[in-house]
Amino acid sequence: MENLKMDILALLQENSKVDAKQMALLLGKKEKEIVATIKEMEEHKVILKYTTMINWEKTGEEYVTALIDVKVQPQRGVGFDTVAERIYRFPEVKSVYLMSGGYDLSLIIEGKTMKEVALFVAEKLATIENVQSTTTHFVLKKYKEKGVIYEDKEEDRRLVISP
Amino acid sequence: MTPRNFVNKKVKELPPSGIRKFFDLVVNTKGVISLGVGEPDFVTPWHIREACVYSLEKGYTMYTSNYGLLELRQEIAKHFVNKYKLEYNPEGEIVITVGVSEALDIVLRAVLEEGEEVLIPEPSFVSYKPCTTLAGGVPIPIETTVATEFKLTPDMLRNKITPKTKAVLLSYPNNPTGTTYTKAELLELAKVIEQYDLLVLSDEIYADLTYEGSHTCFASLPNMKERTVVFNGFSKAYAMTGWRIGYTLANKEITDAIIKIHQYAIMCAPVMGQMAALEALKNGEEEVKYMVNQYNKRRRLIVSRFNEIGLECHEPNGAFYAFPSVKSTGFTAEEFCEKLLLEEKVAVVPGNAFGVGGDGHIRCTYASSLENITEALKRMEKFVRLHCR
Repeated sequence: MENLKMDILALLQENSKVDAKQMALLLGKKEKEIVATIKEMEEHKVILKYTTMINWEKTGEEYVTALIDVKVQPQRGVGFDTVAERIYRFPEVKSVYLMSGGYDLSLIIEGKTMKEVALFVAEKLATIENVQSTTTHFVLKKYKEKGVIYEDKEEDRRLVISP
Repeated sequence: MTPRNFVNKKVKELPPSGIRKFFDLVVNTKGVISLGVGEPDFVTPWHIREACVYSLEKGYTMYTSNYGLLELRQEIAKHFVNKYKLEYNPEGEIVITVGVSEALDIVLRAVLEEGEEVLIPEPSFVSYKPCTTLAGGVPIPIETTVATEFKLTPDMLRNKITPKTKAVLLSYPNNPTGTTYTKAELLELAKVIEQYDLLVLSDEIYADLTYEGSHTCFASLPNMKERTVVFNGFSKAYAMTGWRIGYTLANKEITDAIIKIHQYAIMCAPVMGQMAALEALKNGEEEVKYMVNQYNKRRRLIVSRFNEIGLECHEPNGAFYAFPSVKSTGFTAEEFCEKLLLEEKVAVVPGNAFGVGGDGHIRCTYASSLENITEALKRMEKFVRLHCR
């Protein structure tokens, strides 16, 4: 991919609030060119969505995340894709990955309570045709996600003025 | 009986650092956004810190050779071959020092006779002049201005050479102006240097932070290696300021002299920092690239914004400083900085703290987060609008 696109993506991935004018200044390009390139990437679904990372724990809301290993019987012609699609259509399922190794699909599921997640697994997930088994791991604490450390203790400790 | 004054006369007469005065003013103001910092906003990359922790666990807590760890010197030698095709013998031509600051002090002491002159293009780093004085030399500032983008020209150099001139102290990329030199420009200076048989003290601590084109090490120019002491270190490129690890590259004759002072004054640089520096050189290149890329973006932003808001700013091609002019406001650099601090709580450093040629300019670090830079510029815009005549 061309450099400008990569540069824009790097900026947006770091901070999706950075606007075209600022990007133009940072990259030494024309604002019009930035706007056009972003539009193109949105149309081609290179950019899927602009979102915000939130530390839900600080909101006081109860939130549960679980990682679920799923073993699947692959199907002729479509492999794992059909089962994966049946799974990812559930809004509770936040991520679905096809994995190498001891199991086939890895899921990230979010729910309000452990019980809610467990019920979802038992009633919706495990009962899908060709799903052979599931193993649920609940997340107890999040330290770092998508490159962001949740409780970063490293602050700016520099002197305010130095030569 | 009151004791007599014990302080050395030369030290008593040293002018206090112009930065120090401003520092006192800033620390007493709350909620300040500082663009006055002379170091990266990144902390040292984790793998480097981790390597140091590991070395401590393994018990690396002893003195090293006076020259520094041989393995580190070997890595430095390799680095200079790869980067500049320059060969230095790790055994006898490289000394690991406590930052470039120590290196500068001991090299000046190692080469200067009482009363010999050192030519110092200014604006430049605050310790050059006092260290020269303390070493018995006479600092001769050469004023550079924005007219030549703060570059020293062969004529400026020639004009200040006297029979007493021993050395020229170059620093590029320059703190505070961000000025770099092309190879062609350096070759022209080299001609004059050779003609007058001068020594070059080349502070290249910001070498890796060069944005357009590539850095030329002064010693890599024809006939210059034998008359050049190269200073470099890990502080800026690897975000390792607090570790205090620098080094000198010089011929054996000069290195023999440097090591004499270093061994009596310092013994050796701390081994922990040396272990970290070793890891930095071996595995740190990707992080350096990342940080340079970040600085470069902020550089473009800050320079365009300064020009936009009416603080004329030349393009700094290296280091992480912009050095805009504040003449449009009618203030001196010091007035500008003090008023800006009081009214808008943004700290920048008055250019005259860096010597002649710096007045009417301010040094602004862009080694700061994008949010900080953006907010600082917003406040400065407001300030300039209010005061611009």
